[in-house]
Amino acid sequence: MKIFATYNIKGGVGKTSTAVNLSYLAAADGYRVLLWDLDAQAAASFLFRVKPRVKGGGKALIRGTRTIDDAIKATDFDGLDLLPADFTYRNLDLVLDAAKKPQRRLGSLLAPLDAEYDVVFLDCPPGISLLSESVLHAADTLLVPLIPTTLSVRTLDQLTDFIGGLDGSRPQILAFFSMLDRRKRLHREISEQLPAQRSDVAATAIPAMSLIEQMSVQRAPVTAFAPRSAAARRYAELWAEARERAGLPQLSGSSSMP
Amino acid sequence: MQSVVRQFLLNGDDGAESDQVLKLPGSAFAVSDTSRSMTLRRVWLDTFDWRLYQSGLTLEQVSRAGVTELALTGRDGAVLACDRFGRAAGPGPDGAGSARPSWPGLLDALPLGPLRDRLGPVVGVRALLPVARAVSVVREARVLNSDEKTVARITVDRMSVRFPAAAAVPTRLAVSALRGYQGQALRVADLLAAAPGISSASQSGLEAALAAGGRRPGDYSGKINVRLSPRMPAAAAMVTLLTALFDTLLANVSGTVRDVDIEFLHDLRIAVRRTRSALKLAGDVLPAEMAGRFRPEFKWLGDLTTPTRDLDVYLLGYPEMAAGLVAATAEDLQPFHAHLERNRVAAQRRLARGLRSARFARLRGDWADALAGEAVRGGGARAGTGARAGGAPGGGARAGATGPSAARLAASRIGRAHRRVLRDGRAITPASPPESLHDLRKRCKELRYLLEFFGSLYDPGDHWRAVRELKALQDCLGEFQDAQVQRDEIGEFAAQMMDQRTAPAATLLAMGEIAAGLAAAQQRARGEFAGRFRDFASPAGQSRFRALTGTAAA
Repeated sequence: MKIFATYNIKGGVGKTSTAVNLSYLAAADGYRVLLWDLDAQAAASFLFRVKPRVKGGGKALIRGTRTIDDAIKATDFDGLDLLPADFTYRNLDLVLDAAKKPQRRLGSLLAPLDAEYDVVFLDCPPGISLLSESVLHAADTLLVPLIPTTLSVRTLDQLTDFIGGLDGSRPQILAFFSMLDRRKRLHREISEQLPAQRSDVAATAIPAMSLIEQMSVQRAPVTAFAPRSAAARRYAELWAEARERAGLPQLSGSSSMP
Repeated sequence: MQSVVRQFLLNGDDGAESDQVLKLPGSAFAVSDTSRSMTLRRVWLDTFDWRLYQSGLTLEQVSRAGVTELALTGRDGAVLACDRFGRAAGPGPDGAGSARPSWPGLLDALPLGPLRDRLGPVVGVRALLPVARAVSVVREARVLNSDEKTVARITVDRMSVRFPAAAAVPTRLAVSALRGYQGQALRVADLLAAAPGISSASQSGLEAALAAGGRRPGDYSGKINVRLSPRMPAAAAMVTLLTALFDTLLANVSGTVRDVDIEFLHDLRIAVRRTRSALKLAGDVLPAEMAGRFRPEFKWLGDLTTPTRDLDVYLLGYPEMAAGLVAATAEDLQPFHAHLERNRVAAQRRLARGLRSARFARLRGDWADALAGEAVRGGGARAGTGARAGGAPGGGARAGATGPSAARLAASRIGRAHRRVLRDGRAITPASPPESLHDLRKRCKELRYLLEFFGSLYDPGDHWRAVRELKALQDCLGEFQDAQVQRDEIGEFAAQMMDQRTAPAATLLAMGEIAAGLAAAQQRARGEFAGRFRDFASPAGQSRFRALTGTAAA
């Protein structure tokens, strides 16, 4: 089981769109995929039309009084399940703080799902918190969307330093440019230069497109409702890069049976 | 993942009307019909003795557009494990891309993974073979909630059965729950159940396919499954029993000839051995010529099957033997394995030839005629033809105006076999030669067979306790004798391999180590014998046997 997490300290940079589209693409490849919407805003749950409610709330999940298994919902797409958000997730830090080894808690909650899923996506809320530390410990690959600005490059450096200072297993970082606006010179320059200079920045960039914003109207991944669009193609390229970095083989792309 | 919550039959399916029913009129659900139908080729698999069915499992292979999925489901319809086989090269994490296995086939034809792990303990050495085949034209409708989220799926399955016989079956509807939406799926099922023209399906797809082909799951078992009544004439009981054994024998011929798995031969051999024992121990209640005429033929048949079975036993125990080596390595033993494999190929060829021979065909035909003739005549129920139940076997003790009852026959023969085991067992001392234990093993086997033949006459609890004690003794004797046979054989194998110059010194040394291990196992069994026999021959054990035979005779 490979765990990907979409993470950035900043909000509104495309974390959820990435998690939703990449998890859809992984499932379409034939992987058994779980997406955990860890953000109390519940955007990923909304996009998959799943009610943002977990019985007993985040507390029950973190404490283990309810198993993750009970909270999982199937999406409308074969091979893709969702662990929905819950409004109580806003207090997850407090719950984690009360748990033993809070940094390892998420990883140990996910471990029993190893036989059931090949790929897990964690869609994280913005910020640096105990929750994000726990995510960093659990994840194999951190997918970091960056707005192509000088400041965001600094943020990536800070994140790299922070991860370097973690004990035990550390995720590999795959940053990529998101909300790229080719009309802006700075966007163009940074998005062209940085992938050539740094191995932790993906070659693929996700452009700012109204079709991606349409996801909240369609309530589906753009890769599902407009699979031939430029936006969907960029996500497919990003998934191919992320999959290769994580060492996952390319499957036949067979769809599952009814 | 989705699981079927309930299945229905659509009575008098005419297309348009059923479409209306599927729209769940008057409910809060909306139904989105993809209207795209798919053609699925379905194969249900099980072992010849229905091990999956008996364990509440269903293994179904579904193929569509070049992709094949093999799914194992439990009693509740939930998928427990699944393998997928596609066209592309290179296996993925779920086996996608690896070659589709062909059936019948052994478990090692499947890729390593959860499915094989789940099947392993149930299927064992048996092959999986198609028990039913069908083609389904399937259409799927999605049931949506107010968020237009799919909460359940309704599949309309128009299935035509191809095997065991071509037949049409009523259209089936299945309501499947999406994970996390079980409650809504059950509500959908309730709505459908109340709709006109729809009835609950009492059979699974497999059961429906089998029933259409005139079969039912679980219709074969290697166990003796006859119902005798205490008062029926002994001869009639023997004909019933021998007919059942003959059915088992015949059921296993084809699988043995085609070498589908080693259990066909094993079951066939046991049927032959039981037949021989029945003729030897109680054949005297049948017309004199019957036992005398057929016993040599069944001995020939039994002998024909021995070499292949011995090699099967060797090959079955081989991994454990190789793993148990201390001085030698498994690699040293490899030429021995190759030798066993070669010999098995040759032995299997001789066995298949024997089962296709005119002599076997004659035995089949004549034995069937003899049994049928006896059954028509009433199986010896005629006055004056029955033997004295307590008489010596061999057909020489036929007297009395009426035949004995099945219960009297059982009591006398079990009693006698039991006394023989006690007598021979008491005579064994630490100084007795191995042959004496071998002979005792044969007596025990005869007693065991008699208990099985007449099991239906007894209280199941009493019967089980008697068999349990005998079994403990038999296990010990079996271990002793099997080790002896294997030691003798490994010596012969070594000599053959020397002659054929296929035995490197390291292999012979490894085989020597195995022979030493067998000798140690034999010694252990011998050491345990006295204690096991003491338990069996204890006053409590004896009174249990007396109680058993007394109840049916009463």
